[in-house]
Amino acid sequence: MKELTVKAEIENIETVTDQVNSWLEEIGCPKKKQMEIDIVIDEIFSNISKYAYEPETGMVTVRLEAGKDPGVAMLVFRDQGKQYDPLHVKEPDITLSADKRPVGGLGIFLVKKIMDEVRYEYKDGHNVLYLKKYL
Amino acid sequence: MLNIDKKVENGTVTFALEGRLDTVSAPEFEKMLKSSLDGVTDLVLDFEKLEYISSAGLRAVLSAHKIMTRQGSMKVLHVNETIMEIFDVTGFVDILTIA
Repeated sequence: MKELTVKAEIENIETVTDQVNSWLEEIGCPKKKQMEIDIVIDEIFSNISKYAYEPETGMVTVRLEAGKDPGVAMLVFRDQGKQYDPLHVKEPDITLSADKRPVGGLGIFLVKKIMDEVRYEYKDGHNVLYLKKYL
Repeated sequence: MLNIDKKVENGTVTFALEGRLDTVSAPEFEKMLKSSLDGVTDLVLDFEKLEYISSAGLRAVLSAHKIMTRQGSMKVLHVNETIMEIFDVTGFVDILTIA
């Protein structure tokens, strides 16, 4: 089972990224797609670390479902933090000039662009985010 | 993980980045940028050895761009395919000077 549970702290981003990368290598994921998934891990994991359990901390489980459908990888993030659907965030206006750009919103926007399918559910007190990519 | 190599030559400051510009490394880079740009008219970011950039990295780049727009110019060099796509989908390709 390709699953890892760690404290939702920024310091653990590298651990999670390295582990997911080694799982992705096992299934022959191209390097470029690995890097794209790394960006997604950075975005999602850092959001969970910053906001899910604030001001306290908690655990997050990262799972990679792959192998059943060749050419498909499903990354799942599961935490017990505050109920929050990251996918409902308003998309940033990418046509705005530099000085008019607001600070936030780009992270989830990138996740939606990089992954092929994204889905959120709140189940049994857990936020669960499903992120699918065709390899 | 990010290695930052800073060079100053004839008034141009060049930062060559190696590794990843992400949530962990972007704050340090942003701090370094802000403390290096006083009186600088030309800023170059060399991304030849940069693997990828996340939204935290984009914010650092944008904040450097805003500073340099007021006092000179900034350009980004040797962007790889992954980073170019990130710049494309986020509209940064229209904001930055990419060479």
